[in-house]
Amino acid sequence: MALTAADIKQIAHLARLNIAEHDIPLYTEQLSRIVDFVEQMNAVPIDFSTLISASDEPNTPLRADTVTEIDQRELLQSIAPHTAAGLYLVPSVLDDKTPKDIDYVE
Amino acid sequence: MWNKTVAELSRALQNKAISSVELTTLFLARIKQHDHKINSFITVTDELALNQALDADKKIATGQAHPLTGIPIAHKDIFCTKGVKTTCGSKMLDNFTSPYDATVVEHFKAAGMVMVGKTNMDEFAMGSSNENSFYGPVKNPWDLERVPGGSSGGSAAAVAASFAPASTGTDTGGSIRQPAALSGISGIKPTYGRVSRYGMIAFASSLDQGGLFAKTAEDLGLLLNVMAGHDARDSTSIDEPVPNYTATLNQPIKGLRIGLPKEFFNPNLDSKMAAVIETAVKEYEKQGATLHEISLPNSALAIPAYYVIAPAECSSNLARFDGVRFGHRCKDPVDLEDLYKRSRSEGFGKEVIRRIMIGTFALSSGYYNAHYLKAAQIRHLIRDDFHRAFNEVDVIMGPTTPGPAFKLGERTNDPISMYLSDIYTIAVNLAELPALSIPAGFIDNLPVGLQLIGNRFDEVRLLNMAHRYQQCTDWHLNIPGDF
Repeated sequence: MALTAADIKQIAHLARLNIAEHDIPLYTEQLSRIVDFVEQMNAVPIDFSTLISASDEPNTPLRADTVTEIDQRELLQSIAPHTAAGLYLVPSVLDDKTPKDIDYVE
Repeated sequence: MWNKTVAELSRALQNKAISSVELTTLFLARIKQHDHKINSFITVTDELALNQALDADKKIATGQAHPLTGIPIAHKDIFCTKGVKTTCGSKMLDNFTSPYDATVVEHFKAAGMVMVGKTNMDEFAMGSSNENSFYGPVKNPWDLERVPGGSSGGSAAAVAASFAPASTGTDTGGSIRQPAALSGISGIKPTYGRVSRYGMIAFASSLDQGGLFAKTAEDLGLLLNVMAGHDARDSTSIDEPVPNYTATLNQPIKGLRIGLPKEFFNPNLDSKMAAVIETAVKEYEKQGATLHEISLPNSALAIPAYYVIAPAECSSNLARFDGVRFGHRCKDPVDLEDLYKRSRSEGFGKEVIRRIMIGTFALSSGYYNAHYLKAAQIRHLIRDDFHRAFNEVDVIMGPTTPGPAFKLGERTNDPISMYLSDIYTIAVNLAELPALSIPAGFIDNLPVGLQLIGNRFDEVRLLNMAHRYQQCTDWHLNIPGDF
């Protein structure tokens, strides 16, 4: 299946990625080839009644409903770019400030 | 001492023929002297290693040592290591210092092993050549113009170059077995669920499995004794007893049935590779094993199914890298979408972006049934193939790779050609089986590997068979000349 430049732009948007305009033809060509390659699968009819392994999926393990983890919030947030009062801080990008005015909000 | 096996070093340490500090100093010196040639380490932890070695020597002196105490090991930079940079080969995590240890790292620390550093790898374990690392490609110690294999290329090259007697790796589609084969060492990917994935940065969670590199099967067994086991912090970890992987290494293999899949030994198999594998299996025949042709009829579909399932899981797993909580953050975002998009596009390399895009496409509305669902169905067919085969045979053998190491840059612009280098390894991950690769010969002066595939939780038998082969061959004793 041949993907188009518009498809690539849409996929990139869904994946929250920027693809430079000059890279679009390469991604279009490579992803189209990969999709063609994986579509070999479609030539195979599957009869579910003959599958052995479909019925022997392991059961989901269960555990007692008790607290097993200790509070490690401070340790785990020690690597974050910015935190305050136990919260992650992100740049205040939700209003109309210009980039120069960007400040961290709590 | 630097070319000794883990088993030999263990005896030397227990007999006080050498101390852990002396041994660690020796390996650190080798890394310093030679690693600039192959780039197998991202981080060398000199100071930490020497401190751990001092502790190890105290334990040995007071009789409190485990057989692995004091032996150096290198960890793939996908395993979180407390207080040590953990990059996963990506610019995205170039600034990431893990606040905790992966379970696997905890296990080796508890045994008293000494971490000499974190090894280079394809970014987020996506690749078959170790050319996709933000920290530059790793080179094959046997030929510096060639790749060591991937994605655990740094771990494989480091053991091949004797920078450490053992290393950890991960295998999602062949990322331990393929570099082990191309670098001329032994490598094992255990059964899915045998080794904890807690603290192992996720690529494709239903396929990723931690494993090991070493020079011999005996060493792999010694290390797996420590690495394997149930972990409540990994919901896919399986609560099965851990056997002693070294207790039955010498057991005779007379009467064992070896399956040779006809799909592996077809006219497309390179004639030199076919000759190497035929010679290797004859060695087993000499020891009393019997050879049987078997069929894995859906094996050709493994790569197409894998390149839907793995990217789909990767696109979901890597959504967490958004520039907010940790990792790379772009400068001066103008809005939230810009923060996400630029942080991700600046932080990820080309192959990772390609796979996120394929996964996003395969999971998107209108394509999910035709791609992801179909691939999940094919996965069942592949599992069933192995299920039937293991009713007839005890172990399956074949080549690990289609040929020896290829040249750096040779396949970088052709993703499908790169993906096909894992043609013999990927089905094993889809079926969640254990498998290992051991050196079985040379083609044009480059090492190639024999792959042994076992039934679920049959690592004991794989290691027994690999060890018996290494008792009567010496391919695993070869060391690259420049190191």
